[in-house]
Amino acid sequence: MHLDHHRHGPAAVSADAHRPDGSHRALRIGLGGPVGSGKTATVAALCRELRAELSLAVVTNDIYTREDAEFLLREAVLPPERITAVETGACPHTAIRDDISANLEAVEDLEDTVGPLDLILVESGGDNLTATFSKGLVDAQIFVIDVAGGDDIPRKGGPGVTMADLLVVNKTDLAPHVGSDLARMAADAKAQRSELPVILQSLRGGSGVADVAAWVRERLAAWTA
Amino acid sequence: MSRAALLVLADGRFPAGGHAHSGGAEAAVKAGRITSAATLEDFCRGRLHTAGLVAGALAAAAVLGVEPAALDAAADARTPSPALRNAARRLGRQLTRAARACWPSPELEALAGEFPRGAHQPVVLGLAARAAGLAPGDAAYCAAYECVSGPATATVRLLSLDPFDATGVLARLAPELDRVVDRAVEAARRAADEGVGALPAASGPLLESGAEWHAAWSVRLFAS
Repeated sequence: MHLDHHRHGPAAVSADAHRPDGSHRALRIGLGGPVGSGKTATVAALCRELRAELSLAVVTNDIYTREDAEFLLREAVLPPERITAVETGACPHTAIRDDISANLEAVEDLEDTVGPLDLILVESGGDNLTATFSKGLVDAQIFVIDVAGGDDIPRKGGPGVTMADLLVVNKTDLAPHVGSDLARMAADAKAQRSELPVILQSLRGGSGVADVAAWVRERLAAWTA
Repeated sequence: MSRAALLVLADGRFPAGGHAHSGGAEAAVKAGRITSAATLEDFCRGRLHTAGLVAGALAAAAVLGVEPAALDAAADARTPSPALRNAARRLGRQLTRAARACWPSPELEALAGEFPRGAHQPVVLGLAARAAGLAPGDAAYCAAYECVSGPATATVRLLSLDPFDATGVLARLAPELDRVVDRAVEAARRAADEGVGALPAASGPLLESGAEWHAAWSVRLFAS
């Protein structure tokens, strides 16, 4: 009975692919990773890259401010009504994994107010290497680390590095300046993740967010197929 | 129908959004009213006998079958602060989702339909307890305990208070919690006969004004 989507009121089962009116809901992709690894910058770049072709919205989970949401507003990557900030009570990992209530409310409200939506990006507050998204909240997750955070992070593993559907190693342009070995990071990530994809990215040059955007488009094609 | 359902509902890890709320503790810490385990105890005692009593009575009355919309209006009337009413409804909406998943019932479905933006949390708590086959006193215990356990765990995060001291506060308040629950259930039974006017209307002015102050901050750890 939980998968019956003809009931009235909000969906009780969070992972339902359908909204209460029976329509297909938006694909939800989570972006997690340590503080300062470039989650918000990646979200902003994805919005700029995809907003012309998709109906998009973003949920941010700031730890104690609304800075991530305000950054996205200031950068004008999306109209303000498409960006929602969730407050996490000092525990960002709780809000995306153990108790996803407030985030579910945010994604449902966005679909109600600015929908229909194709894609909702849910950005976690910067947290530790064990912080992953619940499958009840997102359909796929991206874990963002950066070369300046230490080139041993892929080797150390942890749920974010090993389980995320996509691992992004960000700020590759900084590698020579911080003494990080990109080849070693890529090899360690490959060893930890076997067939799961890894993208090395610099938002300050080269192809920017294009590879991550291509991965998102593939997920979206599979979701709507 | 299992008494053990009470443990599920009262569990601090029950996924109904409570972890993001401090029950007024963040404002009280900033105002210098909570600085230690002793002052946390004072704060919790005050909250227990005011907001806790009202929440317990609302929850117990919902178990007794008092109409949810009437209880929700009664909760509104007993919550002067718009910020607190907003927080109570958000938590009510989140609890509705968790309760519908755990104890599916026509009454919870009807509540979700009638209050898509959420009814006051203690009312939802009572209906969840009712759906789980629990007694009015069980729901009152949940509501009253939550009203002190929330601030206690929040204060551990806000002040880096020793968690054993904070939990000791809750243990010392237990006998008082029993008495508050007795009063709440008695009032709920009267409300079932005489209407929601018989529910207690205690409130803590500092909780109300503190919530308004807190809601205006741009930097805070907790949603309320």
